[in-house]
This record gives sequence, C-alpha cells and structure tokens, in this order.
Amino acid sequence: MTLLQDGLTQRRDADVQVVHTGPAVAVRGLTKRFGTGPNVLEDVTLEVSEGEFLCLLGASGCGKSTLLGLIADLDQPTSGSVEVLGGKPSLMFQEPALFPWLTARENVELALRLRGASKAERRGRATELLELVRLREAGDKRVHELSGGMRQRVAMARALAQDSHVLLMDEPFAALDAITRDVLHEELVRIRELQKLTVVFVTHNVREAVRLGDRVVLLSSRPGRIVQEYPVEIGQPRRIESPEVASLSVTITDDLRAEIRRHGGHS
Amino acid sequence: MSVLGDRSGPTDDLAELEAGLDALETRGQQEESRARKWWGATWPPIIFLSLLVLIWQLVHDAGVVDPVRLPSPRETLDAIREQLRTGDLQEASWNSIRRGALGFAASLVIATPLGLLIGRVRPVRRAVGPILSGLQSLPSVAWVPAAILWFGLSDATIYFVVLMGAVPSIANGMVSGLDQVPPLFLRVGRVLGARGLASARHVLLPAALPGYVGGLRQGWAFSWRSLMAAELIARSPELGLGVGQLLDLSRQNLDTAGVFAGIISILVIGIAVELFVFAPLERRVLRRRGLLAASV
Repeated sequence: MTLLQDGLTQRRDADVQVVHTGPAVAVRGLTKRFGTGPNVLEDVTLEVSEGEFLCLLGASGCGKSTLLGLIADLDQPTSGSVEVLGGKPSLMFQEPALFPWLTARENVELALRLRGASKAERRGRATELLELVRLREAGDKRVHELSGGMRQRVAMARALAQDSHVLLMDEPFAALDAITRDVLHEELVRIRELQKLTVVFVTHNVREAVRLGDRVVLLSSRPGRIVQEYPVEIGQPRRIESPEVASLSVTITDDLRAEIRRHGGHS
Repeated sequence: MSVLGDRSGPTDDLAELEAGLDALETRGQQEESRARKWWGATWPPIIFLSLLVLIWQLVHDAGVVDPVRLPSPRETLDAIREQLRTGDLQEASWNSIRRGALGFAASLVIATPLGLLIGRVRPVRRAVGPILSGLQSLPSVAWVPAAILWFGLSDATIYFVVLMGAVPSIANGMVSGLDQVPPLFLRVGRVLGARGLASARHVLLPAALPGYVGGLRQGWAFSWRSLMAAELIARSPELGLGVGQLLDLSRQNLDTAGVFAGIISILVIGIAVELFVFAPLERRVLRRRGLLAASV
C-alpha cells in the first residue's frame, strides 16, 4: 500500500515538473453567447498561476458557471481561447451529483476506471483518496446513506481521482449548512496544499471567496466581464470570522453592490 | 499514509470535528427484522381475502343469485381440485407460463433497443414516439382477429398478440427511464471522461434503470393479459391447452365453478410472477438508490 501511494505521489510530482511552462489556466478574450442571445461572457481574460487558489465572484447572471463550463471544455466559446495545464481539469458542482447506484468507493473508482486504471490500481487509489477526505470507513455506504457534507467530500475524492492539475469548483458548498461549510472550507484548504492543486472556485458568497482565495476576481453581470481583482494577503489558516477577512469582504461587497446597482437603472 | 502528511495539531482537531459532524448527520437506520417485515406485509391481504370469501359465501347462502350462476367458494375450490386431479390445470398453467415467458422475452429483445432509439434519437422519437404511446392504449385483444387471419390458429397468432401488448409498454418504460436521467449526471460523466459507449454503459443505462424496470413490470402485466385474451379467443387442438382455453372450455360446458376456478388460476399466476419476480427486482433497484420508503 505504502509503495503504491509513494509511486503515485512521485508520479504526480514528476508531472508537475515536466509541464511547468506557464499559467495553469489561461483564458484569453473569451466571449460566449447562446444562439442569437446576448453575450453571457464578454472578452474575459484571466490567468491562474500554478498552485493558485482563485475565487470568481459575482451576482446572478454573471456567467460564472458558463465560464467554468468553458474552461472544463463542456461548451465551446463563441470567440477567444482557453488553455489548461495538463489538459483536462476536474470539476465539482453545487450538487455532489454522485451516482446513486454506486457506493461511495465505487463512485471514486468509476472516475479511475474511465481513465483506464487497472483494477488493483483503482482499489488502492480509491482507498487513498477516501482516506484523504477522511471517509475511509464510509466507502461501502450508498449515496443516500451519506450526509450532504460527506457526499460533497466523496465528490471531491472523485474529482481528485482524475489526477488533474486544475480543480474547478462551481459553488460546491452553497447547498450546505453553515457549520458543515466552515469545516469543508478548512478541509479544502488542507487538501489543496497537500495535493498542490490549482483551484478556480466560483461563488456568490463574498466571505467565502475571501476565506479561501489567494485572489478574488469580481465579475459584472449581463454580460459577464472582469470588473476588479483583489489579492488576498491574509495568511492561512484563516477563519471566516476574522477581522481581516471581514474588512476585505466589506470592500468587495461595496464594489459588488455598486455593480448590481448599475442594472437597476435600465431594466 | 504519506498523503495524509503531518497529522498533528489543527489537522487532528479538524479530523475529530469532521468525525463528529458525520456522526451527527447520518442517523442510524434501525432495520426492522426480516420476519417482522414479512409478517407486516402478509397479514393485511390475507384478512382482506378472507373478508371477500366471507362475503361471497354470505351472498351465496342468501340465495339472491341463482346458485347455478354463482357457485359457492367450496364448489369453486372443488373445481380447482378436480382440474388438478386430472392434470389439466398443471398442463394449462405450464403451457401459458411458457408462452408468456417466451413472448415476454421476445418483447424485451425488440423493445429495449427500440426504446433506446426513441429515447436518444430525436427524429425517431418524433416519428415513432406518439404511435408507440397510442399503441399502448390500444387493447391488444383488438389484434386477435387480424392475427388469426394472418397466421391462422397457430402459436404465431398468440405470440404476435403478446408482442403487440408488451413491446409498447417496455419501450415506453425505457423512454421514460431515459427522460428521467438528470442532465447533471451526463455532464459529470463527460467531466470524468465518459464518452459514447462508456457513457451509455456507466452513466446513461444505470441511471435509466428504475424507469426501465417499471416498464418491464408493466410489460409483463400486458404480456399476460394479451396472452389470456388470445387464448380465450384462439382455440384449436393444435394450439394445446392454456389457462385461457381451459377457462373457455368450462364456459362451453356451463360449468360455472370451473369458470371461477379458471379466473382464479389466471389471477394467481399473474400475482405470483409479479410477487416473486418483478416486485423483488424493482425493490432491489430502488432500495440501492434509497428511493424506497422505509415502511414498505
């Protein structure tokens, strides 16, 4: 077991060294509209460096989810380009979207299987990942037997099973209660450091963005455009209740409100 | 253990916190014992059936209906015994169940790919979908005269009628199963790298299974009904004896108790297959997914 784990960890480090050639995610001049509708995203240019935790923040209709879909290559942009380090990023949604006909472990193993991992490799790696999200004991449970927070952790293990450099998260904690969300914030920060992940995290929760991100990018709504960027120079571990987090949150919230107010005039 | 890294201080706190939350949020499910569950599900229908038989007996005793037209429960039981003694009932049941199973299996083979096509290919759905739904509401007994004209009094007639009854149900079950697949599942499948066949096998088909199994269940009911309709109408020595034919034979002999016995046999076989094949199958699929109310 230890051998296998070490092997996988080493392989991961090797990958990172080989493809170290620039930003982990590069979005250039991205515009997207659906059919003949208005632009959902307009000329978005964004770089996420390797190992960075970037939070995308915006009100409804800012095209946050659309942007993630484009980065994940689930949709095609109308114009502009997207480049992702190591090819395919992994993606987590607001709902855990685990497959209910499989156990927690089988959900993780399916991700490995679809990448062509052998049976033995699947077993070992799934155990490792479930241990990482601290759900080793719950591996044989079915999805409906898990709490919301546990499901989202299994979803995280499944996303990590893709072994991509970049993890995209689309409001992954929005449906959880505040206590669970707080715990998962800490969990995410821990895992991201361990796995040296690059994270693009979409949220409409300002404090959450400041709690987690190395950088927060504010998007406007209809069309989605980048309005402002905020580096978060608060060391981890952070707490969502801390005065530093609160003070930056106030600044960003004011800008966000100003942005939303613009829409009241001509609607 | 290397992935866990340094397990000291705040990390350990977090682990304990998480374990506490998990314990609080997953309520322990108290499993009722199997025997208790079985007993709980068994006595209500037994009491209800006993009541029905009691009412039947009372109506018979009151003499409001000519006893020739309404046999007593006792006479009906005797008729069943007699059919068992001569071996007619066993032979007829075996023949009918064999036909039903074969017809159902053939329907399955035709309806499953048909349902997949209709569910996933839009032009096919537009063209065939409405007709298939329409066929589902057409009583398949309406096909019997046509089938007799085409195939004569042969097994082909019977199987044709069964197919016309069961195929639309099973195919429609497949279509509704496919329609109920959450689009998010397909999206997740794509993110995980499932495309084409892999996506169908690992995401689409398992996700559509509950609807499909519901369709199978209904398909069997339609198979059995259609089979009985066909057997009641199409009778000939070459066809052999089925339960439907046995029933019609009793009618011709003005043997009311025999007619009642026939109806009861058809009902019992239908219920037995439902109870021992399809209900457990559906329950298994739904329970795995947590879609089954705990009380049932």
